[in-house]
This record gives sequence, C-alpha cells and structure tokens, in this order.
Amino acid sequence: MRSTQPMWVTPGKTAEFASVLTEGGVRAEQCVALPGVTVGLTVPKEDWGRVAALAVEQDLRWSAVWGEHLSPGFQLFALFAGGDGHLLLRTSLPEEQPELPSQVSSYPAANRPERHVQDMFGIRFIGHPDPRRWTRHQGWSEKDFPLRKDFPLSGSPLAETPPDCDYPFVPVSGEGIYEIPVGPVHAGIIEPGHFRFQAEGEDVLRLEAHLGYVHRGVEKLAEGRDLTGLARLAGRLSGDSTVAHSWAACQAAERALGVDPPPRALALRAILCERERIANHLGDIGAVCNDVGFTFALVQCSRLRELWQRRSLEIFGHRLLMDRVIPGGVACDIPPERLPELFHDLVELRAEVEELMPLLLEYPSLQERLRTTGILSVELARQLGTLGYVGRASNHQDDLRRDAPYAPYDQLLVDVPAYLEGDVAKRVRVRGDEILVSLNLLEQLLQTLPEGPLQVDCEPCGQSCEGLGLIEGWRGETVAYLHLDEAGRVVRYFPRDPSWLNWPALERLILGNIVPDFPVCNKSVNGSYAGQDL
Amino acid sequence: MLRIFNKIRRTGRLTETIPSPDQAVVELGATCQKAIAARFGGSLAIRMVDAGSCNACELEMHAVNNSFYDIERFGIHFVASPRHADLLLVTGVVSRNMQAALKRTYAAMPSPKLVVAMGDCAACGGEFGETYASCGPVANVIPVDAVIPGCPPTPLQLLQGLLELLQVAPK
Repeated sequence: MRSTQPMWVTPGKTAEFASVLTEGGVRAEQCVALPGVTVGLTVPKEDWGRVAALAVEQDLRWSAVWGEHLSPGFQLFALFAGGDGHLLLRTSLPEEQPELPSQVSSYPAANRPERHVQDMFGIRFIGHPDPRRWTRHQGWSEKDFPLRKDFPLSGSPLAETPPDCDYPFVPVSGEGIYEIPVGPVHAGIIEPGHFRFQAEGEDVLRLEAHLGYVHRGVEKLAEGRDLTGLARLAGRLSGDSTVAHSWAACQAAERALGVDPPPRALALRAILCERERIANHLGDIGAVCNDVGFTFALVQCSRLRELWQRRSLEIFGHRLLMDRVIPGGVACDIPPERLPELFHDLVELRAEVEELMPLLLEYPSLQERLRTTGILSVELARQLGTLGYVGRASNHQDDLRRDAPYAPYDQLLVDVPAYLEGDVAKRVRVRGDEILVSLNLLEQLLQTLPEGPLQVDCEPCGQSCEGLGLIEGWRGETVAYLHLDEAGRVVRYFPRDPSWLNWPALERLILGNIVPDFPVCNKSVNGSYAGQDL
Repeated sequence: MLRIFNKIRRTGRLTETIPSPDQAVVELGATCQKAIAARFGGSLAIRMVDAGSCNACELEMHAVNNSFYDIERFGIHFVASPRHADLLLVTGVVSRNMQAALKRTYAAMPSPKLVVAMGDCAACGGEFGETYASCGPVANVIPVDAVIPGCPPTPLQLLQGLLELLQVAPK
C-alpha cells in the first residue's frame, strides 16, 4: 500500500548561511549555537527582515519566532531549518520603541507568530502586512504586555471579560456573498475557536480563523517554575501531544544543563512518543471518515484506539501518557514479563491496520468524498512551511527523526511516507502509513531496549543557561526554548506547537470547497487550538 | 461492501463480550439509566464546552462514545445546541477569552439545568489556576453542581461522576 514519491526535504544549508549573510551585506556574528542547533547567529535588528529574504532564497524553512524580556531590553529569536540542521537567529532590541522589520513578506508562516510576539511583548514588526492583534482578545488592555517582566502573573483583569465581538475580520462584499460566523463554541466535542466564512452559494470564497480562545498564559505560568513543574505544564499544553511537548521541554532543559538521560530512558521516551502518534492517528482516521458519514471507520478506529490506550494505562500508568516524561528521564518502565504482550499488540495492530486501510482506501463512496477535497498544493505547502502529515500529504517530507535525529532515532531507520496530491484522502493515507512506520520503530525499540537506570539528576549548573528542544511529535516538528537561571528555575519557556504552521494551511485548502466540507477538511488538518493559543 | 460487512461481523459486539472493567460500566450504566429515566424522562442531553482545556478531557469524552463504553445505550447523549441540553459539561480552567462564551452557553440552556466541571482544571484550576489569562475553576464563573476530578478523568470516572450527580442533585 506504500507509494514513494520523489523525496522533497528542505534543501537549504544552514552551515553556509553565515557567508551568504556576509555577501549580502549583513553584519552577522557567529554566537555560541545552543546544543541541538547547528548554527547560531546574532544580527543587527535593522537586518531582521533582510536576513529572512536571504534565507528564503537559500531555501531555508521558517520554523519559529519568540521574544524574551531581559530588562532593559528584549531579545528576539527566529529559528530556521535546513537540510543539515537548525539555525538560530538572535537580535537585541531596546525597551524604548522596540521595533524591527517583519519577516512576513519572505515567510508568510511568520504572520501570526509575529503578531503573538507583538501582543505579548509590545514589539512592533515594521512592514507587517496584517498587524491586527492575535492572542490578545479583551482580557488585557492594548497597553499591557503579559510577557514583560513588570507584568504580574495575576494581571489586573476585569471581573467580566467582555466577548471579543469587534475583532476586525477582513470583509468581503459583493452580490450574493454572505458570511457565516462559527464558534467559539462548536457543535461537537471540540476545542473552541472562531471561523468566519464568506461564501457564495455553497462555495467558500474566504475563511478566516480567529483563535486564542484557550489562551491560558502558559508562557507566563512557566516563569519561576522548577523543572518538574515545567514538565507537568508542558505536558498539558496540548493534551494529545503531551509526550511530544514534555519531551521537547525536558530535552531543552537537559541540553541546557549538559545532562544526558540514560539510554533506557531515551528508548522509553521514543516508545511513548510512537504510542502517542499511533493513538492520535487512529483517532483521526476514524474521525475524518466520520465527518463524511462513514461511521464504520470511526467505530473500528475508536475500538483500536481504546485498546491501545488501555494498554498504555496498564503498562505505563496513564491512558494519554501524561507526566511519563520527566526531567532527566522517564517515570515509567516496561517490566520484562510485559514485553511479550507489547510485541503481541504490534502484530495485532499491524494486521488490523493492514486490513482496514485498504478497505477505506478502496471503498468508492468514501474515496469519492475524500479525493480532491481540500487540496493543499505542493508549492503552497512548502511556502507555508507545513509540518507533519499535512506537509507529507503535499510531498513536504521534513521529519526530525530522520533529518536531524536525536537519540534514540539516530540508531533507527525512519521511513517517511509522502504523496503529491495534498487532498484529504492523502492526509488520511499518510496517517495510516505512519502507523505502520511507528509499529516498525516500536518493534525495533522493544527488541533493543537497553538495560540501566530510568533517570539522572538534573542539578542546576550554577549559571544562567539556555537550551532548545526539537522533537518530531505526531503533528510534526515540536520546538521548546528554555532559559534557566543559576538555581535551575525557568526564566523563559517558549513552546512552538506544529499547529502554528498548519492552521494557515486550512484557510487556503478550504477555498473553492463547499461549506459542508469544512468539518472534514478541518479534521484532516487537526490543528491544536490549545497548543497554539498558549 | 462485503469486506465491510465481514469486518463488522468478525468484530462482533464488543459492548457485551469484554470482561472486568466493562462489567463495571454495565452496572454503573444501569443504575445511571434508572436515575435518568426517573429525572429526565429517559434521556440526558449533554452540551460540552471546552472553556480552556488542553483537549485531553475532550479525548476521553470521545472515548465514552466508543463501542466499549457506548454511553448512548444508557440514554446519555451529546447535543449540538445548549437549547437542547439538560447538562453542561465544562472542561478546562475558564480562560478570560472564553468567559463570555461560557456564560452565554449557560444562559441559553433551559431550566432546570445541571453543570458538571470535568477534570482537575475545571474542578480546582489544575496546573493553570487563576491568572491574567484564566478565571480559574468553572465555579468562579457559573454555578457548578458536581465536579469530576482527574487529569483527565478516565471514561469510567466520567460515567461515575455523572451517576453520582444524578443521585444526589436536588430534583
């Protein structure tokens, strides 16, 4: 059932970028690259936009932007990915009039992330094509910036936060064009967000998402926490990606402190992460098919997911695997006598998926609905820097487990499925393929599970330190930036969920589709609301 | 088509054939069903609102609809509109940005109405508490009749929590 397309991964080379900048007249200084990052560069703030223009020419993928308030000024970071690793760009800004050129004209993916920085820090991005607020609704005033150090965690909220009725959606006018507002409370069991459709007849002319409804202040809450508290918080950023985010946060902490978790702990983390991937893909395959009324798939996939989750509870102690990844290692183990059951599960699930996927993929009335629905073109996927299964269904194959492998994936062969069509059908199919890949990985991980301890101490190193965590979660590249003080407390934590890069794709792939196909298109992308609202 | 029928036939009826934990589901459900029959004319309609959850509670809420728990056989079902709902099931701390939406959903429900706060965040604030971005537990925003602790509560705990409420809540 597998088909392999000509491979397309981000071709740019981060190693050569410093000389590209010099040739381009940018005064870039090499700085100490954080562990896990290939190249670290400091540039003057005036060149922030120009650097992005050169990066896009070099085919680097834009990954994240975040700030940090280090009184009396700000640090701004941007992360880029190349075929040879990651490049971290920094610049400094003064406290008075903190502004610098936007990177959006080169990388549309930077649009909302820059607006998040703008809302949280009061940093202005010059030349941003759409500087409307994003994360800020009516919960705090436009003169307040929650991630500045003088803003208290408690803030000064009103007893009643007014509804955000006046968000300036882009209007579309014309004869016969009407608007459909949807949310924040949706009809099903789903997270909150607002979608504004402009439609003509049944055709979607424009869709604009307004998110931020589940902004819980994760970044501010992290400040001052110890590492155990940070891991708990990271595990609750997005409940379906609890392993990915807690691993990324712990990896960042361990890299910052120069701690190496024991091999058994790393293997167990990968086992947890692959289990999370399989559980979510099973749920999604069923749910996507259910959104076009094919309940058979939902019932079968929910059955498999439930059995999988029950095993997670029995052996690892939690149905969703929360709080299993802890600083320095893991909080669970596989007793040797349980190994046969786990191997047996792999055989069973493989047989089930190998039976079920062809059944879905060859069933005409289902494929009629999924094929050519919600197409994300290969070009657009690259331009938006989409990640995970959304990227792969449009032949964008970046996968950290293969391209920038971290232990234990550096010892494993990771197969990355990809297709050219970019429609809902292929986003379902990629998930099915990825389950089989994960089952392979799990088999290898269980066969080669090293002996030894499950955790090492993560003692503070007595000085301020930074680390970057990069984990391929089930949705794709998951980033965590961490700055710790000398006592090992969090000064700054920024988690970047892959959904930041995938949500904008939904607004594009829905165009020209009919309004009733929005649920199936949305589910096929399945962005996390909580993960991006922070 | 035949392959699908064949798969359904071979999968069989999971709801009755699985031992131990599911036996608890059946017993719990039967008691629950009696309470629902007595108080809600046979069916309990739930509207859920995620007021600031991480989505873990929603995943487990989906699970109570799978073949193993099949909550609908006890007369409990999820509805799309608050106007059709007897019970509001709220997850997450209430984010400031969801405060108005939650209150409006609550106001849109017909009386008598019940509110259940599902999960540690909704029950007591969990990891997030009360901050510039969060109003804290659900009880800070609307009256709560029962809480179901857990992070997230398991499907069985969810069912159990609903049953306890139906037994103790004033008519």
